[in-house]
Amino acid sequence: MIDTYFIPLVKILFVLNATLIAVTYMVLLERKVIAWVQVRLGPMRVGPYGILQPIADAVKLILKEDITPARADKWVFTAAPILVMVPALITFAVIPFGPSVHLFGRDIPLYITDVNVGLLYIVSVASIGVYGIILGGWASNSKFPLLASLRASAQLISYEVAVTMTLVSLIMTAGSLSMVKIVESQFNAGLWFIFVQPVAFVLFFIGGLAETNRAPFDMAEAEQELTGGFHTEYSGMRFALFFLAEYANMIVVSAVATTLFLGGWLAPFPNVAWLNVLELIPSWMWFLMKTFAFLYVFLWVRATLPRYRYDQLMRLGWKVLIPIAIANVVVTGIVKVLF
Amino acid sequence: MATEARQMFDTEELVINMGPQHPSTHGVLRVVLRLDGEKVVSSDVIIGYLHRGIEKLSENRNWTQIILLTDRMDYVAAATNNVGYCQTVEKLMQIEVPRRARYVRTALCELQRIASHCLWLGTHAMDIGAMTVFLYAFRERELILDLFEEYCGARLTYNSMRIGGLPLDIPVGWDKKVLEFCSIMAEKVDEYEELLTHNRIWLERTKGIGVITAEQAIAIGLSGPPLRGSGVTKDARKDEPYAAYDEMKFDVPIGTAGDTYDRYLVRLEEFRQSIRIIRQAIEGLPEGPIVGKVPRLIKPPAGETYHAIESPKGEIGYFIVSDGKSTNPYRFRVRPPSFCNLQALPQLIKGHMLADVVALIGSLDVVLGEVDR
Repeated sequence: MIDTYFIPLVKILFVLNATLIAVTYMVLLERKVIAWVQVRLGPMRVGPYGILQPIADAVKLILKEDITPARADKWVFTAAPILVMVPALITFAVIPFGPSVHLFGRDIPLYITDVNVGLLYIVSVASIGVYGIILGGWASNSKFPLLASLRASAQLISYEVAVTMTLVSLIMTAGSLSMVKIVESQFNAGLWFIFVQPVAFVLFFIGGLAETNRAPFDMAEAEQELTGGFHTEYSGMRFALFFLAEYANMIVVSAVATTLFLGGWLAPFPNVAWLNVLELIPSWMWFLMKTFAFLYVFLWVRATLPRYRYDQLMRLGWKVLIPIAIANVVVTGIVKVLF
Repeated sequence: MATEARQMFDTEELVINMGPQHPSTHGVLRVVLRLDGEKVVSSDVIIGYLHRGIEKLSENRNWTQIILLTDRMDYVAAATNNVGYCQTVEKLMQIEVPRRARYVRTALCELQRIASHCLWLGTHAMDIGAMTVFLYAFRERELILDLFEEYCGARLTYNSMRIGGLPLDIPVGWDKKVLEFCSIMAEKVDEYEELLTHNRIWLERTKGIGVITAEQAIAIGLSGPPLRGSGVTKDARKDEPYAAYDEMKFDVPIGTAGDTYDRYLVRLEEFRQSIRIIRQAIEGLPEGPIVGKVPRLIKPPAGETYHAIESPKGEIGYFIVSDGKSTNPYRFRVRPPSFCNLQALPQLIKGHMLADVVALIGSLDVVLGEVDR
């Protein structure tokens, strides 16, 4: 009873809340990091060094008037932000934060569930999120959001192909779709997969930027051209859902990248004996550290690079990333067969 | 999409209204775009949202009061507007401006050019998505505003010239601060270049975008960096030197392709040339009076004159008619560079994508205060 219902429920509640807090603080982190890059201070007013800023933001957004444009499609307009947020959150179900820990006389694994098609689950759930963006832009019944949602759908679909092809080569290396097994196979190999599949890692990173709508691929939001993109007509908490979903997706991509390429909860070079001291740091700490390092790169890129144009982005996706991804699969296959 | 395909699927062009309240139209420009997908089929540029009737107002102000109205045209380059106007009146009245005043004017004009180009660079880069450059450029612009504040007390609308010379001599130690700024700025220009000039995305976004040939540019009447970007060497500072430009050594950078990237390179080189001019003007600053022989009551003789100078945006010209009897101009007309440069916009954006529209508006560097006046 306790093992089947209570423990998973507690874990779900814990992960869900931790994620939501992480997401709100991600917003603050982004503002801070970009401010530092741009020789500013960032939020400084709410709490010491602005650490209470996310709470102030949340309160503000909840209190804001929730406007539905007169000619919008009400149901779809309401459903869209939910459709963006929910997939981003449920992805965390299969992300392993660590191996088992011994607590209260029980072995508790540090993941909600380990399905044997974990990676497939993530890919498919992530693609549902696109619908939210498309429908949100469409239901607003406004021209700028419509253009943005067209951009978003084209972009997300084409980049999903590239990312999925990239993952194929990784699955071939790992020999499993289960997220836990992938980490374990990195342990057995004694090497993070970033060293085995560097090309795949770069492709996944670029594809990840595009899939999360982040700079330099933030076409769908393109503030300068489309005045905010698909969420132009949204306000209040519904806007907040779109906004937070973007950060939730960033965390998902970082967590997945950590699991697949950076050895998940493993310390660097897990098989080297004299590096065992590194395992004094708990496994979940390693996982979080790597995820945040990855997230930092997201922010860094945003502060540095200009934005691609929509057609250039599509060209990059179809003509560069997908061929390289396919070539990578072929090479992986050949290496696998030969050795 | 090809025409047959369009008929087959029964598609329509999308008309979208960009502005007058839009983050990237640099003020209150309104562009009505007809789009095929994201491609611009045609466009209407609608101006006039910031019209304050400065030219007509000027006909009812006395000659000195007009200086402060010229501040409000190109409000990011007030000093050059002042210089242009004052020199026109001086030409009409044949007033000799003392050498020291001409040197300070030159230095102020070039400081103003750097400030204006900083604003251009920041907003242009921001339009293309590189937001960090915006804050870097504004950091340096702030230093110039401080220098202006120390000189004349104002940070935006300076009112920093008088007919016949300057209202104030430079403060003690100001020249050293300007030279200090020059050495800071020289480094920072390299910093901007590091972020953008060889950036792959920046190249893709600006190369070959909005190409305008030299013939077309001249036919439209472009001036300033957009004209020089197309490879035409025309700069009022060289061609008809005013203030102390005839005593300064500087080059006029020109582009070759006439695209957004070349206009960008031209302006970046102008940063360096401006620094060079400021150094010469401050180091060689002669002693002497700052105002020439100007009558108490400014009342130019009957006649008309046109005088143009090189503002950061291009050629700003003043056409003034005096009837010789009253203390205000009979007719006052400005040839604003932003207005003339903006004419090129429909031609430039045709066939480009929506994202290029904002890049091209930024590339022309228009200030709506000057377009509408």
